[in-house]
Amino acid sequence: MNEVVGILPTLAEQTAIMLGIVALSLAFGGIGGLAIGTGLYVTRSGGVLEQRGVWWILNVLVNTVRPIPFIILLAALQPIGRGLVGTGIGTEYAIFAISVAATFGIARIVEQNLVAIPTGVIEAARATGASPWRIIRTVILPEALGPLVLGFTFAVIAIVDMSAVAGLVGGEGLGNYAITYGYRQFDEVVTWSALVVVVIAVQLIQALGNWLARRIMRR
Amino acid sequence: MAQHIVLDGVSKRFPPARRGGAEIVAVDDVSLAIEQGEIFGIIGYSGAGKSTLVRLINQLEPVTDGRITIGDVPISELRGRRLREQQTGIGMIFQRFNLLSSRTVAGNVAYPLEVVGMGRVERRARVEELLEFVGLAGRADAYPEQLSGGQQQRVGIARALAASPQVLLADEATSALDPETTAEVLDLLARINRELGVTIVVITHEMEVITRIADRVAVMEAGRVVETGTTYDVFTRPQTSTARRFVQTVVRALPEGDELSQLRAQHEGRFFTISFTDEGVSEARVFGALARAGVDFNLVHGGVDDIQGRVYGLLTIAVRGDAEAVDAALAQVGPGVTVEEQR
Repeated sequence: MNEVVGILPTLAEQTAIMLGIVALSLAFGGIGGLAIGTGLYVTRSGGVLEQRGVWWILNVLVNTVRPIPFIILLAALQPIGRGLVGTGIGTEYAIFAISVAATFGIARIVEQNLVAIPTGVIEAARATGASPWRIIRTVILPEALGPLVLGFTFAVIAIVDMSAVAGLVGGEGLGNYAITYGYRQFDEVVTWSALVVVVIAVQLIQALGNWLARRIMRR
Repeated sequence: MAQHIVLDGVSKRFPPARRGGAEIVAVDDVSLAIEQGEIFGIIGYSGAGKSTLVRLINQLEPVTDGRITIGDVPISELRGRRLREQQTGIGMIFQRFNLLSSRTVAGNVAYPLEVVGMGRVERRARVEELLEFVGLAGRADAYPEQLSGGQQQRVGIARALAASPQVLLADEATSALDPETTAEVLDLLARINRELGVTIVVITHEMEVITRIADRVAVMEAGRVVETGTTYDVFTRPQTSTARRFVQTVVRALPEGDELSQLRAQHEGRFFTISFTDEGVSEARVFGALARAGVDFNLVHGGVDDIQGRVYGLLTIAVRGDAEAVDAALAQVGPGVTVEEQR
């Protein structure tokens, strides 16, 4: 017990870092995933901005990046990270790599939720003379908002998972703390404390997501 | 009356579903002239191409061949922004209502007003006026799923009318509704036509819808219009077997098959079917002629219908008596009544 109290300050610090990584990655990956997922949906045949060429490129891109195990992607993106964010190591680079992986993962989640929108409501909007961009903004995204929130909640948990490997490139966070100070130093109290914090964090995020989605869907 | 919507040799073909398959011809060389301010019905079985045809009128689908003009605008030749500007002048209602679940009733009705760029204050007033018109005042803040089917369709109608269109397209607008609600919605459409002068195109597979509100009707089969005329003419003198089948869904037309054999088992004598319209003499004359000839008869089958305020009937009688007297009596009936023996 004393030991737990002793590690509490570090635990809190590392938890905050993990939540920071998750929040930023979710923001970047969420925006990227929303853009690519919506792009896939609107450019497919029958979509409001049907563009077979664009759809094909996006589809290949998503299918190429998504199956890469994250730990390999984390290593492989280093040259690109150096070019884009100025570093191939550390917490900042980890956020970059997680955002890339999250973008493509979220893209599919977004696409799948948009496909479920009844085509009739889009047709009704088209019949009023609404432009494709207006339809995306006022029909497609609002109609799918509830399921999208659930999809994003699902993605947050995947991001928490990815953030645990940030230590590989020298990133900090709860995952790195559990591996470096728990696993490598045979300190099970550290490992288990980190685990408990992660489980609680995930539970809270899931509950928040469910609550938000229920409110949006009014059920 | 002036022609409002003109379809000239319009076809719509979809690419084959599978590679090497046959092209799908949904609409095949259709020409129609729909007049300003009328309710024009298009009836056909599912797959006849009527839903595709109505989507060509407001260009949700581009035509493959032919030309469509609304007023003096060649809508089938417009694309992009210029097409969308014209679409704001055409309202559309749907079988499944197609309301936005993310918006309230007021939000749904306001949608087309946002598209045409109406300001918030004006929009609110217009939405209130529309909800009043369709009988949903007070439900502005409800969400679609809190309303019955009939109420949802009223919201759909209010939305379709929001931007004051000159044309209203109704795609199977009552097919998902029960008979009573159907009647209410059809009455509302008739009122819109009468009070606002909107030209309405009604797509349906239900003959009751046509007889209740349509001034004229086109019968569609396999992508083609096989028959066009006033509702009364098509109803009383259908020229094609498809039109006849639709008419029979409303009037109990001629007894056939098992029904006929059962009637024959129950009633003696020869069977005659009398069809009459309000253009000729009444059925009473036929009955009178038979009575004077001293011929005994029973009414065994049939009915009288009101189509757009006009009368149409098909009655089958079983007649007993001297064959010559019967023939002589029936030969005397006047114009507008036809008598046909069922053998």
